[in-house]
Amino acid sequence: MECLLGIKFNNFVLIAADRTAANSIIVMKSDENKLYKLSNQLVMAVSGESGDTTQFAEYIAKNIQLYKMRNNYELSAKEASSFTRRILADALRSRTPYQVNLLLAGFDEKEGPQLYYMDYLASIAKVDYAAHGYGGYFSLSIMDRHYLKTMTPEQGYELLKKCVQEVHKRLIINLPNFKVQIVDKNGIRDLPDINSKSFE
Amino acid sequence: MARRYDTRTTIFSPEGRLYQVEYAMEAISLAGTCLGILANDGILLAAERRNTNKLLDEVFTSEKIYKLNDDMVCSVAGITSDANVLTNELRLIGQRYLYQYGESIPCEQLVSWLCDVKQAYTQYGGKRPFGVSILYMGWDKHYGYQLYQSDPSGNYSGWKATCIGNNSSAAISSLKQEYKEGEMTLKDAKSLAVKVLSKTLDMTKLTSEKVEMATLTRINNKTVINILTAKEVQELIADYEKSEAASEASKKEPSKVSA
Repeated sequence: MECLLGIKFNNFVLIAADRTAANSIIVMKSDENKLYKLSNQLVMAVSGESGDTTQFAEYIAKNIQLYKMRNNYELSAKEASSFTRRILADALRSRTPYQVNLLLAGFDEKEGPQLYYMDYLASIAKVDYAAHGYGGYFSLSIMDRHYLKTMTPEQGYELLKKCVQEVHKRLIINLPNFKVQIVDKNGIRDLPDINSKSFE
Repeated sequence: MARRYDTRTTIFSPEGRLYQVEYAMEAISLAGTCLGILANDGILLAAERRNTNKLLDEVFTSEKIYKLNDDMVCSVAGITSDANVLTNELRLIGQRYLYQYGESIPCEQLVSWLCDVKQAYTQYGGKRPFGVSILYMGWDKHYGYQLYQSDPSGNYSGWKATCIGNNSSAAISSLKQEYKEGEMTLKDAKSLAVKVLSKTLDMTKLTSEKVEMATLTRINNKTVINILTAKEVQELIADYEKSEAASEASKKEPSKVSA
C-alpha cells in the first residue's frame, strides 16, 4: 500500500515517502512522516506494520546516536546499513520479527552519496535508485527511462515528480502526498512535498 | 598486614592499594621486553624472545606477536597462557564488530573493550587479574596509525613510542631521547628498535633468534602486516653493529688528535 522512493546521484541522494497512514480500508491521516533522521547525514524511510516501523526506526536512530556519544565519531553510511541489517536479521530469527521495509540514504566524506535498499527479510542491496511498495511497479520503469547520474537536484526532483504523477495516475490506491528530503555534503534538508498541487 | 588484603583482588588495603593488581604488574616487569614505535609511513612492534632452546620444535613462527584482524597486531609481555586467553578475546571482539558493522573495528574501541574485561578481573570476586601487558599497533580510518598499551589494571593509553616488560623504564627513556617527532620513517624506526633493544636486553650480543619484529603499513589503501624473517632481523642487527663500530671508531679518532 505504502510507497518509498530513493534515487542516488553523483553528489546527493533524494528520498521520498508517501504520507498516508491507513488502517484496514480507512485512511487515518495524510500527513504522516515516514522519513527518520538517523544522524546528520543519514535518513531512513520505513514502511510496513505501523507500530513496527516507528519502533524499529527509533531503535536504530538511538543506537546510532549512542555510538556517536561513545566514540566521538559517527558510523559511516555503510556501517550504519550493516548495523541496521544485522538488527533486522536477528529480529527475523526471533519470536518478534520487525515487519518493516526500508530505504537508507546517506552521505559521507569518503564514500560520497549512498543508497541502500532493505526489506523485512533483511536482504540488502546498494543501488542507484529503488522503490518499495506497489508504487515501485510504475516508478522504477520511469527511473529506468529517465535516470542520469549527473542530474542536478532540480532535475532529480522533477524525476521524482514524474514517478509520483504516475503513481497518482495508475495506482488504485490513493497516495496524495509525498514528503521529500535531500542528503548531501551539507546534511539533510526538506524539499517541498509532492502532491496534486505540484502538477498544476 | 598485607596478608589480610592481598589474597583477594577485590579488597583495597588501608593505604588504598590493590595488591593483586600490583603483583600482576610486577610479573610483567620480569617478562620479555616488547617495544612499539610509531612512524609517519607505518608502525612497528619488536619483542624479545625468551624461549630459545635449540631442541624446541619451531611450530610457531612468532611467539609473542599476534595478528588480531586485518588492521591490527599486538605483542604481549607477561604470562603467556594468560596472554593466549586475551588474544583469543581480542580476536573475538574484532570479529563481533565486523559481524555487526561490516568493517574492521577502530583501534581504540578494540583496546577499550579488552580493558573492560581486564578491569572486571580486578573487581569481581574469586579471580586474579591477567598478568599481561599488551602493545597494540593498528590503523583505522578515523585516526590513522596508532600505538596503544594496556596493563593488568585495565588502564590503557596511546603512545608514539613505548615499551613494556623487563627493563622497560630504561628503554622508554632512551626512546624519549632518540625519537624524532614527526620525522620518523619506518626505516628509522626499525634501526631505533634494534638499537634500544640491544641496550635494554642484558646480553652481550643481539641475535635474530632473540628478537621478533613486525611492521604495519598501508599500501594502495590496504593494510599490510609483515612479520620480519630471521634474515631480515639479522640484517638490521648487522647494520646496527656496523654503525656502532663506526661511531666507536670516530670517538677514538679525536682523542688521538688531541694527544
